[in-house]
Amino acid sequence: MSITVPTTDSATPTPTRSLVEIRRVRKSFGAHEVLRDVSLAVPEGTVTVLLGPSGSGKSTLLRCINHLETIDGGRIIVDGELIGYRQVGHTIHEMTPKQIARQRRDIGMVFQRFNLFPHMTALENIVEAPTGIGGVPRTQARTRAKDLLDRVGIADFAAHYPAQLSGGQQQRVAIARALAMDPKLMLFDEPTSALDPELVGDVLDVMRELAKEGMTMIVVTHEIGFARGVADQVVFMDGGVVVEAGHPEEVLDRPQRQRTRNFLESVR
Amino acid sequence: MTLQGRGEGEGEGRGHGLGQGLLAGPSANAAAPDATDGDVVAIPLRRPWRWISAAVVLLLVAAFAFSVLTNPNIDFAAIGEFLFDPRILEGVWLTVVITVIAMVVSTVLAIVIAAMRLSSNPVLSTVAWCYVWVFRGTPLLVQIVLWGYLGLLYAKLSVGVPFTDVVFWQVNTNELISAFVAGLLALTLNQAAYSSEIVRAGMVSVDEGQHEAAYSLGMSPLYTFRRVLLPQAMRVIIPPMGNETISMLKNTSLLSVIAVLEIYTQATVISSQNLKQVELLIVASLWYLFMTSVLSIPQYYLERRYGRGTSRNLPPTPLQRMRRAFAARRPGPAPAPETKAVSVV
Ligand SMILES: Nc1ncnc2c1ncn2[C@@H]1O[C@H](COP(=O)(O)OP(=O)(O)OP(=O)(O)O)[C@@H](O)[C@H]1O
Ligand SMILES: [Mg+2]
Repeated sequence: MSITVPTTDSATPTPTRSLVEIRRVRKSFGAHEVLRDVSLAVPEGTVTVLLGPSGSGKSTLLRCINHLETIDGGRIIVDGELIGYRQVGHTIHEMTPKQIARQRRDIGMVFQRFNLFPHMTALENIVEAPTGIGGVPRTQARTRAKDLLDRVGIADFAAHYPAQLSGGQQQRVAIARALAMDPKLMLFDEPTSALDPELVGDVLDVMRELAKEGMTMIVVTHEIGFARGVADQVVFMDGGVVVEAGHPEEVLDRPQRQRTRNFLESVR
Repeated sequence: MTLQGRGEGEGEGRGHGLGQGLLAGPSANAAAPDATDGDVVAIPLRRPWRWISAAVVLLLVAAFAFSVLTNPNIDFAAIGEFLFDPRILEGVWLTVVITVIAMVVSTVLAIVIAAMRLSSNPVLSTVAWCYVWVFRGTPLLVQIVLWGYLGLLYAKLSVGVPFTDVVFWQVNTNELISAFVAGLLALTLNQAAYSSEIVRAGMVSVDEGQHEAAYSLGMSPLYTFRRVLLPQAMRVIIPPMGNETISMLKNTSLLSVIAVLEIYTQATVISSQNLKQVELLIVASLWYLFMTSVLSIPQYYLERRYGRGTSRNLPPTPLQRMRRAFAARRPGPAPAPETKAVSVV
């Protein structure tokens, strides 16, 4: 009943190894099965866009990748490391919060609602994790943070508090904050859905730039244009399963399944 | 794009726009009937009741003040004499010490209780709930007296392994629990119950997304609590905690029932000798008023500190306002805005 789509046979030539490997992951909230045997591979340096109707489990899958949610079965491997669990024989055991925190440093996440720390300025938001937990000296972290703010195009707003920034500016600070930990992988959960239409472009530009620089990214978004232009792989999810996955042109222009077609109709 | 530049530009722009609108509008002639526009004087509504009510209240206040000040039964010289009596000052000092210790310790305890209450461990949260239930549900006065009588309940206090004979340290209760310690315990434990509810409300007020953002950056739960959650919760916690501190300061007077020599006890001790009860109550009240007034200053600055980022611009502090007012008054080179105003006219 569950459909597992092997992603290795997608049209993309994948010379690099998989940075992220999701194998038959299951997740329920009570009796509600949200992820049913989801498998997915994300080659290093590529962009994967997750599409799917509301409630299909996209956010949940993303949150499992940095263990903000526990999983009930299967495994998630990032850069060769099992996420959130230790394997002992045939079972896997959840790690301690400290070990999990250690793993999360390599995985950046950007949220729909920005989630900046409101009591810190833009610069302080970015500097907090590298200095507080990464052991980076303060001056060095500040220089780096200013570089990052410059890269996302808001160098002039370093001293502003989140409440003094527009949504688009806040989201760019959030991206800079995640990048400050030098992650190997970036997760984006509908990063532009809470933005006014005229601000969406700025954030997408930053993400495009990041993709160009070779960052491995998994992006949940309804921006089909972004998926077409930037993604190396598009994954369509529905009802907790991967319905279809492959090169953007295949999935977006020649979808094989009716569910995918219906969804693409609805977002156009 | 400096602020000043933009302000000027906007002012000019608006001026032009208005002028053009008036000229171009169809009712341009009707809107500009004659040149007397400048002479029209706007008279605000007269409010006679404001004056009458103010006069009545002032009269009542004056009558009361007069009756107090001319009362032959109040010995004002005694008030002046005892205001700085060494015993009174000692009492003031003890009141401050008890208030500070009780507030600090109870706040630490309150954070622990609030964390227990919010924990997913049902035993911890139930115990925390029961603690609050008991200490909030019984009168503070009764708790104080009970702590004073602790020696009757437990003759000896010991530290060891529960339910075994292993004892590391033991002491006679009455030696350890002096009236001072009993009073401190009573106030602290009672306050912790109230404060824990305030802390809990503060923690709950922080958006769930803040945990997730912190965790996704690799912060541990403890680090997240310390650097992300607590500073935001403080914004909600500080104002009611200011009230609690003021209550605490006044509640120390209840310790007179177990003869702790804080200011109210000192005042009653003195008045039992010289029979000037009212005068000494006034002395104590003046000190309480002074101390509670002083307490509101740190509260103001703490609220400001933890309010960072919530409003777009913090208003200047009274000190900054005062400096600015003085700077404006200081004679010197004519300030720029004035010359501009002249040039506009
Ligand atoms: N903490 C939770 N407790 C219970 N159910 C949850 C929880 N989080 C998510 N769910 C349920 O899991 C399902 C999938 O949620 P998820 O947020 O992953 O969907 P999504 O694909 O991201 O949808 P959207 O496009 O609306 O964000 C939904 O039916 C949701 O109600
Ligand atoms: Mg979602």
